[in-house]
Amino acid sequence: MSDGEPTPSTAAVAEPPVLTRLRERFPDAIVATHAYRGDATAEIAPATLLDVCTFLRDDPVLAFDLLADVTAVDYIGTTPRFELVYHLRSIAQGHRVRVKTRVPEESPRIASLTSVWRGANWLERETYDMYGILFDGHPDLRRIYLYEEFQGHPLRKDYPKEKRQPLVTARDVAPEQAERTEAREQQRYGRWPE
Amino acid sequence: MDAGRNNPPVTDDLHTQPMEIQMGPSHPSTHGTVKITLKLDGERILDSEVEVGYLHRGFEKECESGEYYQAIPYTDRLNYASPMINNVGYCLAAEKLFGITAPPRAQYLRTIACELSRMSDHFTCIGAAALELAALTPFLYCVQAREQIYDLHESLCGARVTTNYVRIGGLQSDLQPGFAELCRDKVAAALKLFGDVDELLTKNPIFRERMERTGTLPADTLIAYGVTGPLLRAAGVGFDVRRAEPYLVYDRLDFDVPVGSSGDNYDRYLVRFAELRQSARIIEQALRDLPDGPVDVDDPRFRWPAKGKVFNRMEELIDQFKLVTEGMRPPAGEVYQAVEGANGELGFYLVSNGTGKPWKCRCRAPSFSNTQALRDMIQGALLADVIPTFDMVNMIGGECDR
Repeated sequence: MSDGEPTPSTAAVAEPPVLTRLRERFPDAIVATHAYRGDATAEIAPATLLDVCTFLRDDPVLAFDLLADVTAVDYIGTTPRFELVYHLRSIAQGHRVRVKTRVPEESPRIASLTSVWRGANWLERETYDMYGILFDGHPDLRRIYLYEEFQGHPLRKDYPKEKRQPLVTARDVAPEQAERTEAREQQRYGRWPE
Repeated sequence: MDAGRNNPPVTDDLHTQPMEIQMGPSHPSTHGTVKITLKLDGERILDSEVEVGYLHRGFEKECESGEYYQAIPYTDRLNYASPMINNVGYCLAAEKLFGITAPPRAQYLRTIACELSRMSDHFTCIGAAALELAALTPFLYCVQAREQIYDLHESLCGARVTTNYVRIGGLQSDLQPGFAELCRDKVAAALKLFGDVDELLTKNPIFRERMERTGTLPADTLIAYGVTGPLLRAAGVGFDVRRAEPYLVYDRLDFDVPVGSSGDNYDRYLVRFAELRQSARIIEQALRDLPDGPVDVDDPRFRWPAKGKVFNRMEELIDQFKLVTEGMRPPAGEVYQAVEGANGELGFYLVSNGTGKPWKCRCRAPSFSNTQALRDMIQGALLADVIPTFDMVNMIGGECDR
């Protein structure tokens, strides 16, 4: 890169205050921090996610009231394989933080943040849909973009871009609804001649 | 008298049951492909379920399989009503990752492009809202106003809708001669048309009756849902990324962030209306201050050489060859860059592993979070209130479903 640009490993800049405060409160939960290109980032142990996020929201100095984004990154070939990424913004305090945590391929489970920010609902459903991460405590964990019969999770790196999906037969309509439709059509168009 | 077949027993309550109806995915009164399953008691909405995903086309997967610069045309299609903002948001994120900054002239032109897009998005939103509340004329005026903006897009980049104008480290091209005059004329023409829309709608009792006191949610609920943009500002929270975390040259320009008070659909309409005028102010200032100079960063690793030079000179031919075959290689790392889209915070999260292709390219779409709050906005309301509320949420399928 251009000269004088700090590389991520040797960045000798002061730690953002958000990370300092988080480290003071959760000295054991923090796995690593960095502020690459000025984005304060904390990687935490997965079991502490709910506690850390509740603190991030409720602490008056941090006050992260807006959950901007939830997503995952598939680091295939490394263990643990999946990294969950949460982008938070404090409207009152005007700062941002990125919280990351890793979950293994064998049990891609993590606590749901729907109890902390309501907006986590759809974002976590999307992450489940695209990466197959299971969110414990989510009230309604279903696919959001794709259909129920879709096989696999498309944003995983081992899902080929060209992969085709089997054709899905039409889903059964609830019997009473089918009856209603039939009755209505008979009323409207008369019975079909045999 | 016997309670026989012809005389059923009299009961206090009429036997009723909630009715379930499906609105969408293709409904004439919603400008967006979305399915809302409503559970109704008469006209009162007991519960609803909003289903998105009809326009999902694998934006992130496509971006991950191409070079960094190849994702730019896909960003046009995110929010097709304001393509320039998406272009700019993605390129700013990529530039943050690469550690480069576009030259000042490009920054000013990007600002102009962003504000033109914001205007066209608000024209689309307000026009469609009027149309779906059965006012056809304002829609035609809005479309005509949007055409003025599209004329300017055409002058900037040759395309009207899918612009693909911004490049990593610069712009596709510098201005055509006479752009400043054209821009002033077209923006003035658009605002004049909008004055007519103002007179037709803002004090119109039918329009106000449908918009006022509908779709209201308190600001803290909106924030909990991750709602940003005009919806949040209408509820009194003056959060605007252009002001809170200035990018481009917004810190050098004088503009207001309009906020509402009640947070109902009418306030959302008024906030969008006021933002249009602010956008026009920003464009005027940016045109006035527009500096001379190059529009591309002076670095052959990012600048696409001029075609004439590629065909006739060795150095530029090599540059072009290397850009196409190897791509632009950022250092390993991750960045998140937010810009103020027309409907809220538009963010791009890029993860690089040091190769020419992004390992992860995530778009934080404002419409996605905004649409999520729709269920709460229409809970307990009348069926007819779904239309203005959905209009003001302004879900853009391309961006919501990615």
